[in-house]
Amino acid sequence: MLEIRNIVKQYTNHRALDDVSIHVKKGSIFGLLGPNGAGKTSLIRIINQITAPDSGDIYFDGERLSPSHIGRIGYLPEERGLYKKMEIGEQMLYLAQLKGLSRKEATERIKHWFEKMEMQSWWHKKVEDLSKGMQQKVQFVATVVHQPDLIILDEPFSGFDPVNVNIIKEEILSLNRSGATLIFSTHRMESVEELCDSIVLINKSKKILDGKLSDIKNAYRTNTYRIEYLPSPEPVSSVDGLFTISDTTHIPEESITLTVKIAQGKNINDVLMYLIPRVHIHGLKEIIPSIHDIFVQQVTAQATHPLIETHE
Amino acid sequence: MNKILLIIKREYLSRVKKRSFLLVTFLVPLVIIGIYALTIYLTARSFENNKATVHMIDQSGLFAGKIESTKNITFIPVTAAENTTEERNRMLEAEGKNFLLIIPSDMLTSSHAELISKETAGFTIQSDISRQLENVLRNIALADAGIDRNTVESIHPEVTLSAKEITAEGEKDSSAGAAMGIAMSLSIVVYICLFLYGSQVMRGIIEEKTSRIVEVIISSVKPFQLMMGKIIGIGLVGLTQFILWIVLSATLMGIASAGLVDGRDIRAQIEQQQALANGEVQPVIKPQMGMFGTVKQELDKVDFQLIIATFLLYFFGGYLLYSALFAAVGSAVDSDTETQQFMFPIMIPLLFTYILSFGVLINDPNGPLAFWLSMIPFTSPIAMLVRIPFGVPMWQIGLSLVLLIGGFIFTTWVAARIYRVGILMYGKKASYKELVKWFRYKG
Repeated sequence: MLEIRNIVKQYTNHRALDDVSIHVKKGSIFGLLGPNGAGKTSLIRIINQITAPDSGDIYFDGERLSPSHIGRIGYLPEERGLYKKMEIGEQMLYLAQLKGLSRKEATERIKHWFEKMEMQSWWHKKVEDLSKGMQQKVQFVATVVHQPDLIILDEPFSGFDPVNVNIIKEEILSLNRSGATLIFSTHRMESVEELCDSIVLINKSKKILDGKLSDIKNAYRTNTYRIEYLPSPEPVSSVDGLFTISDTTHIPEESITLTVKIAQGKNINDVLMYLIPRVHIHGLKEIIPSIHDIFVQQVTAQATHPLIETHE
Repeated sequence: MNKILLIIKREYLSRVKKRSFLLVTFLVPLVIIGIYALTIYLTARSFENNKATVHMIDQSGLFAGKIESTKNITFIPVTAAENTTEERNRMLEAEGKNFLLIIPSDMLTSSHAELISKETAGFTIQSDISRQLENVLRNIALADAGIDRNTVESIHPEVTLSAKEITAEGEKDSSAGAAMGIAMSLSIVVYICLFLYGSQVMRGIIEEKTSRIVEVIISSVKPFQLMMGKIIGIGLVGLTQFILWIVLSATLMGIASAGLVDGRDIRAQIEQQQALANGEVQPVIKPQMGMFGTVKQELDKVDFQLIIATFLLYFFGGYLLYSALFAAVGSAVDSDTETQQFMFPIMIPLLFTYILSFGVLINDPNGPLAFWLSMIPFTSPIAMLVRIPFGVPMWQIGLSLVLLIGGFIFTTWVAARIYRVGILMYGKKASYKELVKWFRYKG
């Protein structure tokens, strides 16, 4: 769907993007991750043709990115904004028409969405009369009303209450099912894990990690398990060449939980065979690093000096 | 192109539909006409509602029987018996406006009388009384010199200057007075309106920037389209307002001047009556509407069609040129309060021309300074409009308009380069250095 090749964006005294290449598959939900100031917004603005890269190419659906693609992209900026004094309905019509819809078509689509989101009574209201959460809903509708093939959402859940987060999540998933490709830009990892198929991690204007979410997680597995058993008089301790215990939690009269890292060449079955004669096992779970952990690990490994926040 | 039209439409309609627009458009001419009508009405009324009683103590004995009461002033001679302090006080305390006129015995030589009252006498009453006294004194002086009064009245030389210009078409009546008036009002209107509408552009852009909608919009249209759409949309609002004002004022002026003639008739009648009451043997009836007549005559010579056409052209051209600069300023700042440092340099050329227009330009509308100021795009919207009522060769208007269009294209180009960067810079204090940097950015 979107092929980004060797993008470089240089500002006077700061390189926002340094040779970044990304491939976004059609129909996927793609996570664009990175700390503040990493270059996410610069990249999104380039995809939206708000600014142009200094070098590098972008292909949209196999064609070189051009203004004719504007109507096929929907963009929800991180800094949300609407005309405060304009009526919601008029505003939606205006934004949809700017995306290339005819007035009639735009009216139908907007009515459809307003019904879906239970916003019918808002048509003649002004933005300033709506709550923050309601404004977010309006903005979301404005982003998707022209049925874009590619939807770019910059920090989509910030500012939503939990109920609306779920509504928006549902809508995003249903848009995705009906064929839309989504790009999420965020520094909040929880939402990514739930929704994204693939991710790319950008830090200090460089791509440092990308791939399918499951592949990345596999690559970061450390062969660590959490084993829970009923309290027993005989304590379990690390066994050289088999496993090491990194943490123990003891709830008297109830359970003991061990965090164990299995030694190279051994697997969980070997550990269980050792443990079963000794204790009464109650539970077992592999500890897979969350995207958050991977993110933090990658970013801190890179951070030789503190991140400088820039808005350029 | 279609998108730019959408933007123009929104900018235009969202402003024209506002209640404040309708209010200003329809109220301003009404208020102006209203003030005009009220002034006339009050002036007319002040003539009627100014009755006074003047008790005359004539110690010189020269005026007995020679002063006559007018419509507003009743003269009552005070006899010697009545001339006591109590009587005087009683006269002054009586109902209505009461005056005590004391003419001393040496009136002929001193020419000084006293007017006593509880409250200060109004200007009309004072001048009415002194005129009557002067008349009597003059008659006495004339009689002493052996000159017949009627002879004096018949000699009444009046000189009027009729300024004529020599032009290619031959002699032409000049209209310097009216031209000056029109020139000054045009320079005021253009000066004010360029700032009024220019700062509307600026505020619109600041609003879009601070509400962050700008990012949504420029993901659909080019920044240049958004900027031009806004500038043109607001410019059309300005033109609409002007055209409505011109139409409304013309209509209302038509109605008002019909009423005005009546008012003037009343005044003329009053003057006539007073003249008669003053005992002038041959009341001189001046040609009615003397002053007004000359102004009207001069106004007839002014080419209003040319003035309105050039006014609209220069206003729009100047507006486009300046509003592009205002747009650049709006994109560079985060709030109204930060605009000051950038506004001043923009204002200087206009302010300069505006101030000059009252002195130099009006006195020498065809001099070299006036010529150059009306050619330079930054000053021509005011300078040329000031010159036009005095007559400007067509080639100069044409050249100046071409230069104005060139200037507008230039400022728009500069502004657009700053704008496209500025609107995405949140929370950054812009300096001139910064603006130059933005201007140089690629893409």
